Amino acid sequence: MNWIYEPWPWYVAGPLIGATVPLLLLLGNKKLGISSSLRHMCAAILPANISLFKYDWKKESWNLLFVVGLFIGGYIGGSVLANPNPVAISENTQNYLSSFGIQSNPGLMPNELFNWQTLLSFKGFLLMVVGGFLVGFGTRYARGCTSGHGILGLSALQWPSLVATASFFGGGILFSKFILPYILAL
Amino acid sequence: MKNIQYIVVGIFFGLVLTKGEAISWYRMQEMFRFESFHMFGIFMTAIPTGAILLFLIRKAKLKTLEGEPIEMPIKPYHHGVVIGSLLFGFGWALTGACPGPIYAQIGGGFLVTIATLLSALLGTWCYGYFQKYLPD
Repeated sequence: MNWIYEPWPWYVAGPLIGATVPLLLLLGNKKLGISSSLRHMCAAILPANISLFKYDWKKESWNLLFVVGLFIGGYIGGSVLANPNPVAISENTQNYLSSFGIQSNPGLMPNELFNWQTLLSFKGFLLMVVGGFLVGFGTRYARGCTSGHGILGLSALQWPSLVATASFFGGGILFSKFILPYILAL
Repeated sequence: MKNIQYIVVGIFFGLVLTKGEAISWYRMQEMFRFESFHMFGIFMTAIPTGAILLFLIRKAKLKTLEGEPIEMPIKPYHHGVVIGSLLFGFGWALTGACPGPIYAQIGGGFLVTIATLLSALLGTWCYGYFQKYLPD
């Protein structure tokens, strides 16, 4: 029964991710898009008379239920069926990360970086708080994220989604190359 | 309960993202450094799978379970697609998470990434607040 703890290869995960797009459409014309959930929560909690948040978010409650599911799916995949071995990243990446003291421990994230102590440090603040802010701000500015533009938009052959995907990949590549090393060295 | 099926699809999607390691900070660093095929393989199989199935849905003129015609997604261009996505890319490199994985990371046992979620909410709210001052 060890196989159920093993990670899934890309050729299993990829098609299943892609199949979610038509599945949601067939279930009820729902469009895969996860950054929208952040907008709905803002609209529900603190609309503050801001035009972006003035709409009936309850009509989009399916999206909030979907992210509740994501959380549960993450718990099943990452805790109940957790892979007991470190993520099998390439040796080059391992060497690069270990030059910053980041080891490949079991778990999907490095414990050295993502814990409550580091959250209060400048480094952890940048990684989680500033990083999270940019994800929320940027995806709403772009009206979509990896799911809405990268998977749904590209599946529907929408060229603006290709521009978005190239831009967020480009942003990630540039940031990892030129800025992240200074942050990891803190 | 109405819409309960979307929780089930969400669980499925979260499980796939997690077991496929698409929520792993390690995998994102590896991807941005082009040091493995794993994440590229995921994108390069997910998108054609979605595209082919959407094509077949259109071709067969399938309807939703409730019998409505299926509306294909339209994503209009605006400059935020570039500016916003670049900013999001920076955040993706820092957190190792796009919005979906933020939820799955918390569920996967990294409770501290609740901080990432709260900041993402704040970021979304701030975009709403400043939207009228920003180029569209």
